Amino acid sequence: MSKTILKAENISKQYRLGLVGTGSLMHDVNRWWHRIRGKEDPYLKVGAVNDRSAKATDDYVWALKDINFEVQEGEVLGIIGKNGAGKSTLLKLLSRVTSPTTGVIKSRGRIASLLEVGTGFHPELTGRENIYLNGAILGMTKAEIDAKVDEIIEFSGCEMYIDTPTKRYSSGMTVRLGFAVAAHLEPDILVVDEVLAVGDAEFQKKAIGKMQAISSGEGRTVLFVSHNMASVSSLCTRVLVLKNGQINFSGPTDEGITHYLKEYEGHVQKNFQKWDLATAPEKDGIKLVSANIFSRSENEKDTIRMDDEIVLEYKLWANNLSRNIFVNTQFLDDNDFILFATTSRESVQNDNIGEEGFLTLKMLIPSNFFNEGNFSTNLVVVEDVDGKKSKLITKQNLLSFIVTPKPIELGEWMGKSKGPLRPSFKWEKEININ
Amino acid sequence: MSSQSNDSWLYEISAKRKLIELNFKEIWQYRDLLFLFVKRDIVTVYKQTVLGPLWFFIQPLFTSVIFTLVFNNIAKIETGLVPAFLFNLSGITAWNYFKVCLMGTSSTFRSNAGLFGKVYFPRFIVPLSKVISNLVKFGIQMIILIGFYIYYLSTGAEIYLSWNALWFPVLLLYMILYGLGVGMIISTLTTKYRDISLLLGFFIQLLMYISAVPYPMKALTNSSYGWVVEYNPLAYIMEAFRHILFNDPSLYFNETTLGFIGLLGAFLFIVGLALFNRTEKTFIDTV
Repeated sequence: MSKTILKAENISKQYRLGLVGTGSLMHDVNRWWHRIRGKEDPYLKVGAVNDRSAKATDDYVWALKDINFEVQEGEVLGIIGKNGAGKSTLLKLLSRVTSPTTGVIKSRGRIASLLEVGTGFHPELTGRENIYLNGAILGMTKAEIDAKVDEIIEFSGCEMYIDTPTKRYSSGMTVRLGFAVAAHLEPDILVVDEVLAVGDAEFQKKAIGKMQAISSGEGRTVLFVSHNMASVSSLCTRVLVLKNGQINFSGPTDEGITHYLKEYEGHVQKNFQKWDLATAPEKDGIKLVSANIFSRSENEKDTIRMDDEIVLEYKLWANNLSRNIFVNTQFLDDNDFILFATTSRESVQNDNIGEEGFLTLKMLIPSNFFNEGNFSTNLVVVEDVDGKKSKLITKQNLLSFIVTPKPIELGEWMGKSKGPLRPSFKWEKEININ
Repeated sequence: MSSQSNDSWLYEISAKRKLIELNFKEIWQYRDLLFLFVKRDIVTVYKQTVLGPLWFFIQPLFTSVIFTLVFNNIAKIETGLVPAFLFNLSGITAWNYFKVCLMGTSSTFRSNAGLFGKVYFPRFIVPLSKVISNLVKFGIQMIILIGFYIYYLSTGAEIYLSWNALWFPVLLLYMILYGLGVGMIISTLTTKYRDISLLLGFFIQLLMYISAVPYPMKALTNSSYGWVVEYNPLAYIMEAFRHILFNDPSLYFNETTLGFIGLLGAFLFIVGLALFNRTEKTFIDTV
């Protein structure tokens, strides 16, 4: 029953840089002069790519350029990207606050947004009156609000102050009330921005729970914008990655998050290295042919999720397979700090075959070992000749890989936990009643 | 799966625009919002004031007293058969309504930028709510006017109501059309270039003095400044408003002229609406 509920066709949005002044009046006049002669807007042809850090060379910038996507009914689409990548502009266009410079957005349902909570609150009106006003601004009818007003008041937890003007509210209470109204909207498409940085811990948990209920339980179409990869990973079925106003990636959530981490947080993924026999790093008749680290899950080998089992695999070539070769691997975190080292020495069997050939060494890292983040490995290939060890090949920063967060359960801690490792060990509990 | 391109979309958002667009169906869907805006405007004005809604009465009364002192007692302007105070009170009541419609509409985009920047609803709701909420204030002020009308009747003033009073709703509609039309034109100009909003207060005050509010048209028509009122549709509306209430033959009243003024009002409204429609789509980028 996948039916396209929202469709964006070639949408672009141009903004003017700098101040509005006499220069813009000249441009307006020029634009008008082109239009009455039936010519195209001269300023649509110019416009720099939306790169925040580059020097402004043009008067115009494309905040969004040629965006195309479709959203199916019931889908939860995540939109991720750096600050200034065009996320907010896209949401503004979708919520009809402003219209695109070119292109069309077609929708089959009503869109409501949780962009800003408490929109249109009037400080002189009471909490209850503001619920009605705010609800109506967000597109609810009076009958709909009537049916939900008690629920909203209860959710906000501001029962005591509900008949007091909102100017007497603390800022946290205003936000609670605003979120309570927004959370009880029932649009066909809900646009959710990161509104979660508000309220106290108790309320945040409530808000997160409500959002997850909206997006998972009720089967609503949701567009979710966030920087929190853990919440994107747990809520979204598909993600769009925006970069400089363009769609940089569109696809499954895990892949999209990996892509985002690579693009934006400077994370590098170099999870597979391979050499020809002729050019491979070699010493004393031992060659490193390939190194690979990948997820053991069926579908996505290239993205590694926290809850995946990880396989580390080296392929070596030896002129004599009876030589006692083993590998030592160091795992480093983002700051090149060595987390731990592990060696293949104990596990390698020496078969005593006196011929040349390939040797594959595999290691399995259990699931739920690494925390989300970027890691790299160093490799040392060692030969043991009668207890005397010699380093043959040393490769610094041989592989690097990104571990993406796993989806989390309702009500679970949404933030990133600290430290590079997050192993799940077995705990035992003992109770003594005295 | 997604080949339902010929299916009907609920709406489309694009840069293309129709020149005149007034989606009554959509406004009807948002009628509760319209009602709540009206309620907000009325309720919040005099919150935390001791006299509360009494201020609705005090403003026009004070202004009328001052006008009577300045224009009639000092400057000796004749108001015909109508008592000077009643003449001024009626003019101020009508002018105030036009003024608040014009001011409310012209500040639509600037004073609601924060709201418009976050959610969509038909923008026309805002000026419409101003027109309606001010209609309530106008109604209250009309009650005082009627009170003084009755008082002056009982003291023997030669004023009376005739069938012409049926023009009242028509004149009210004219004030709304001119207020909305001119207001919407100004509102689109102020979004990008704020100079105009700084001029507006001054402009409206000037407009009052050239629109036969504190004096009858007759007082100017014979002077060299007669053109000021003769080519001013607002002056005719103000004059007609008094004529239909008091039936003073010295006040100018002509059905044909009023017909043309109505057409001009409708034209201004349509021009204003076209500009408003153009502006509402992208004003948030330039405000």
